[in-house]
Amino acid sequence: MEMKKSRKIILTVVGIIVAIYTLFPFYLVVMNTFKNANNIVADPVGFGGVSVSQLMANLSAVVNNSNFNFWYAFGTSAVITILSLVLLALFGGMAAWVICRNKTKWSTVIYMTFIASMIIPFQVVMLPLISTFRDVGQFVGLSLLQSIPGIVFAYCGFGGAMTVFILTGFIKGIPYELEEAAAIDGCSPEGTFFRIIFPLLAPVITTVTILNGMWIWNDYLLPSLMLGQNGKVKTLPVAVQAFVGSYVKQWDLILTAALLAIIPMVIIFIVAQKQIMNGMVEGAIK
Amino acid sequence: MSENSTSRKMLSLALLIAGAAGLAAALFMDFSGSGSPVRGPLLILGAVVFLFGLYLFPTVEHHRSIINFIFLFPLLFTFAVTVIIPLLLGVFYSFTDWNGIKFNQFVGFSNYTSMFKDPAFIWSILLTFLFVVFNIILVNLVGFSLALLCTSKLKGVNFFRASYFLPNLIGGIVLGYIWQFAFNNVLVQITAKTMGMQSSILSATNTAFAAIIVVYVWQYAGYIMLIYVTGLTTVPKDVLEASQIDGANAFTTLMKIKIPMIASTITICTFLTLTSAFKQFDVNMALTNGTGSVADFMGSYLTNGTQMLALNIYNTAISKNSYALGQAKAVFFFIVLACVSIIQVRISNSKEVEM
Repeated sequence: MEMKKSRKIILTVVGIIVAIYTLFPFYLVVMNTFKNANNIVADPVGFGGVSVSQLMANLSAVVNNSNFNFWYAFGTSAVITILSLVLLALFGGMAAWVICRNKTKWSTVIYMTFIASMIIPFQVVMLPLISTFRDVGQFVGLSLLQSIPGIVFAYCGFGGAMTVFILTGFIKGIPYELEEAAAIDGCSPEGTFFRIIFPLLAPVITTVTILNGMWIWNDYLLPSLMLGQNGKVKTLPVAVQAFVGSYVKQWDLILTAALLAIIPMVIIFIVAQKQIMNGMVEGAIK
Repeated sequence: MSENSTSRKMLSLALLIAGAAGLAAALFMDFSGSGSPVRGPLLILGAVVFLFGLYLFPTVEHHRSIINFIFLFPLLFTFAVTVIIPLLLGVFYSFTDWNGIKFNQFVGFSNYTSMFKDPAFIWSILLTFLFVVFNIILVNLVGFSLALLCTSKLKGVNFFRASYFLPNLIGGIVLGYIWQFAFNNVLVQITAKTMGMQSSILSATNTAFAAIIVVYVWQYAGYIMLIYVTGLTTVPKDVLEASQIDGANAFTTLMKIKIPMIASTITICTFLTLTSAFKQFDVNMALTNGTGSVADFMGSYLTNGTQMLALNIYNTAISKNSYALGQAKAVFFFIVLACVSIIQVRISNSKEVEM
């Protein structure tokens, strides 16, 4: 299909204008982390007062701020996200395999429960969840609310349904003969899963990990409720929220904090652009 | 061989007994209220040792069932504790005077009747409804147009696609503050110069609501665009070529071929936007936190002019400490979403039959 040259130019211009619009807020963040508070208010868009030394000053002000505690929040978010993703991939794969390969009444019931639970909004479970975690935690003597393991546990519960749903669809397409051959050669069922099925799941586990990772890294409501706004343990979104709450209108610090919160995701996106965009689409269509 | 299996049996039994003993001791300490700090770790250790003993148990005919149980257990357990039990408790609490810690009595449907007498809540429902309608139209229009742009044979299409998608990577809280800065510090300077408007658009209820829609479309259209791109690439090339040979112009091709052929994608995108807009929380909280005055709605003055349902539920429970009322609102929220999902499944199924 050939396009007329004039139409091509018009479309390209429209595309560029929309791109400028979508990227403009990112430009604002980057540009203003190079300015001090006065210059930000006086000239938020232009280059007035831009200097590298001011960027360093802003960065060190935020990183060394005891209220924000950037590295600690960053580490907490990273540990929570990575642990949740590893456990979800492992437990999700195990559960999906059992559900898929055992055609009993129970596996159907479990599968249907997982599917149906995907429509449950977080709002309807969040209040009882907090009280249950608090009560059970006190009863058995484990700190479930203000702790990283508690949050990872909750993410395994909330992410489980979607993970099992996507993985089951994939395992159905793996020929059962593979497993029969392994069994004849004397491979145990757990050996069959870990040596044959799990490695085959790699592409779909990438999809699931991207979907869960974007959600867990950016999630605000669950950690803010479980950890509390002023608790010791904070994830990055909770720390940003708490930081902004205590520094109304200190835009030099707020925008630098925002930049630090954005950078990890942008770097991952640049590295794994294709996988992320494909993963997001696959997750939606399934 | 037999020696091996005997020793394995002994090990398995020892682990099973040790695990059960650990569990029993931990539970005993829980119920006796000893408050010992070892009881929590002991409980977990006991459960793990018990499961490991079960795994080693030397049986041929039941081994597969044991593996099935061990494989299902972790996810089912976390799922039951974080989703199923809180859901049942939540529905139960919505009929009581629960205060977040304990409840004293059943109150029947009074939480449900009182929430529908509250003008602020009715306002939130209407506002959410309006927000959903605006976004279904705008997000899909913008997303579809961008998808057409990104599937055309232009240079730089990959750059366009990546930059339109970029806002999806950032969490709503951070986004909300960045846009608050853009509205309060940048846009104000522009409107003050050009129109003499000195106040930010976030300070008036109507314009603040429009601002939330703008931010939401800005973030979500890129995602919907990606799904439309995938849908559009499934339209067969020979069909498009045939229509061109028959003399169809670009607009006719779009209306008569592309749109009908991606009908199922349109359904997916419409419902994705619907549920996501309905649940909108983060941007709402960070951008306006629900503030905004409404002079007269159902005979009362409201201060929650831009507060949508999810934020209303949160504020009712967390800020105003009315847990039972907040929970009843959440159950209502859940019922609405469940109805939408059922309708979606019905529509998707009937579409499949047609094809």
